Amino acid sequence: MLEIHNLCAGVEGNPILKDLSLQINAGEVHAIMGPNGGGKSTLAQVLAGRSEYEVTGGTVSFNGADLLELKPEDRARAGLFLAFQYPVEIPGVNSTSFLKAALNECRKARGEEELDAVEFLEIVKKKTKLLELDQSLLSRSVNEGFSGGEKKRNEIFQMAVLEPKLAILDETDSGLDIDALRVVAGGVNKLRRPDNAALVITHYQRLLNYIVPDVVHVLVQGRIVKTGGKELAMELEERGYDWILEAVASNGKP
Amino acid sequence: MIDTLKERKTSLAAERAGVIPSGPDAQQAQAVLDAFAKAEPDGFPAWLRTVRGAARTRAGQLGFPTTRHEEWKFTSIAPVLQLPLHPAGKMRAKITRKDIERFTFGLDAYRLVFVDGHFWPDLCSLPEKGHLQLGNLPGHMASSELEKHLARHAQTDANFFTAFNTAFFQDGAFVSIAADQTAAKPVHLLFIGASEQAGATALPRNLILAQRGARLKVIESYASLSDAARITNAVTELALEEGAEVEHCKVQQESGRAFHIATIQAVQAKDSRWTSHSIATGARLARNQIQTLLNAEGASAILNGLYLGDAGQLIDHHTVVDHARAHCESHEFYHGILADHAHGVFNGKIFVRQDAQKTNAKQTNRNLLLSDDATIDTKPQLEIFADDVKCTHGATVGQLSEEAVFYLRSRGIGAERARRMLIQAFAGDVIGRIGIDQVRAQLEEMLAERFDRSAE
Repeated sequence: MLEIHNLCAGVEGNPILKDLSLQINAGEVHAIMGPNGGGKSTLAQVLAGRSEYEVTGGTVSFNGADLLELKPEDRARAGLFLAFQYPVEIPGVNSTSFLKAALNECRKARGEEELDAVEFLEIVKKKTKLLELDQSLLSRSVNEGFSGGEKKRNEIFQMAVLEPKLAILDETDSGLDIDALRVVAGGVNKLRRPDNAALVITHYQRLLNYIVPDVVHVLVQGRIVKTGGKELAMELEERGYDWILEAVASNGKP
Repeated sequence: MIDTLKERKTSLAAERAGVIPSGPDAQQAQAVLDAFAKAEPDGFPAWLRTVRGAARTRAGQLGFPTTRHEEWKFTSIAPVLQLPLHPAGKMRAKITRKDIERFTFGLDAYRLVFVDGHFWPDLCSLPEKGHLQLGNLPGHMASSELEKHLARHAQTDANFFTAFNTAFFQDGAFVSIAADQTAAKPVHLLFIGASEQAGATALPRNLILAQRGARLKVIESYASLSDAARITNAVTELALEEGAEVEHCKVQQESGRAFHIATIQAVQAKDSRWTSHSIATGARLARNQIQTLLNAEGASAILNGLYLGDAGQLIDHHTVVDHARAHCESHEFYHGILADHAHGVFNGKIFVRQDAQKTNAKQTNRNLLLSDDATIDTKPQLEIFADDVKCTHGATVGQLSEEAVFYLRSRGIGAERARRMLIQAFAGDVIGRIGIDQVRAQLEEMLAERFDRSAE
């Protein structure tokens, strides 16, 4: 579904991602872990198409399309979704009408009929239940005045409504208490299907107790330095990142 | 002693009257004043003729403002002076309900219609005789209320255009609601510019009175049927008696060649509440002078505004909130959106007089610049003479948040649509405060259309 080959990217001339390669197949959940400053969030932003990041090399193919050639909106319409680490507040833009517009854009791109208000509200009702989201939040402006937890829940709620093929969760666990974490992870799990995939970016192993990954990657200094199964996450939790950093420093490979 | 004082006053007045205007601006002003004087209508009472005479003299002394005047620093009226200024005549062509339908907001209202400043009775919808008096000024000249308030509130001594209007207005709206009454429908004062002649000048003059405890909503809107370089110079006076509540919504959407200069002056008694909205999207040059005098304890004023300029438009708001007495509140909330080469001006003056302890005054002006060539001059001006007051002000100038645009795009919404949604949200923050549902909904739709157009 997603194939990243030797991706190099940076911001304002500073390289951050260096020859990063990664492959995600349909039905899989991958986790990317790593110390702060390693390039985890940069990867998420580059994949979503943030223009502040400059891609200097490599290729990314998403279901056969050249992802890097697509505008952010076309990536979303092609089925890519980023749950932001810091969802932005947008005063004056109503949550419901925003999400309806977004869903209809995605449906149009998939060749499906646009939904009217009644049909849309049906979906909203179902999905708010899934995320235990207070439906009254949706009558407010996008993320405005939401608590940290509500913002994160709202991201996953949007994901549930848009039904992307590939969801990238950028530190969705940060700032969540254990109950909220359980709800959010539960939502993500219920949305897992053989024909979609997820890339879960996290600093801590905690989230991976709830969203169990098929593959775990460790991203250090812009490269994936180690890949393993879910047990790698446990090992990182126990031993921290230092041993990997040391190994990278001494011979370039852990 | 008294005689001396009297003499002094007289000599001062004579001195003033004797000031011979000099320089090209003053000479031009004098020529224009003479031309308008010929169109003086009959039938105005003596007291009003006296007031008009004084205003005419004052206008002659003041002359047209130039950018050397502090109050007109950013707004040059030079293009107005290029035009052959003359009183707009009465249209001969028939104007039908259909012609003006798109300017009615689809609103079920009592409506007065003026075309080029002239009263148009066929197109009006008036209330039954009762608590709400509604009609044109000349029809109410005998009213003692009118005599008490007309041309008593809008100051002519420093503002040429207010003096000019006072000296030469011919018609306008008279609205008066009786004590403790609530108007059954909003009142819509609709001013249409129809003249095809450049320089045709309309001078609407409106008086809105709300007696003790009365409640009233008024829409004052300006629109064009022609694309000529017409001029509107309007003055609206409002007097709110004790406990009265008036919502006044001005909508200015004149054509892109028109010039619009207006003064709105409110005077508020104890515990009265005035809400003013100024939505300005039209005209090549628009200047709104919006002022209120909080003249007794417990009075409160809300001044909302939205100006929207593109192409080479200049839209100027000068507001004055005069806290003359203690325990009054004012909240001012203005948003500007400027594209292309448009120029916005916001000058928000707040006076807190010595007696006005426990004043609570707040002012916000936020501006969105959509192009590198758009400009805004924004200036809060606080003059505080009391010590126990709460006054805050803030002005911001910025572009659309790229972060917000990206967020919307990342959900599948196209870049242009995302920008439009954000601009609309910014405008909606002001429009949403209008308490007349139908007007609010129509304005939202109208703005959406305008943004769609400008995005193309």
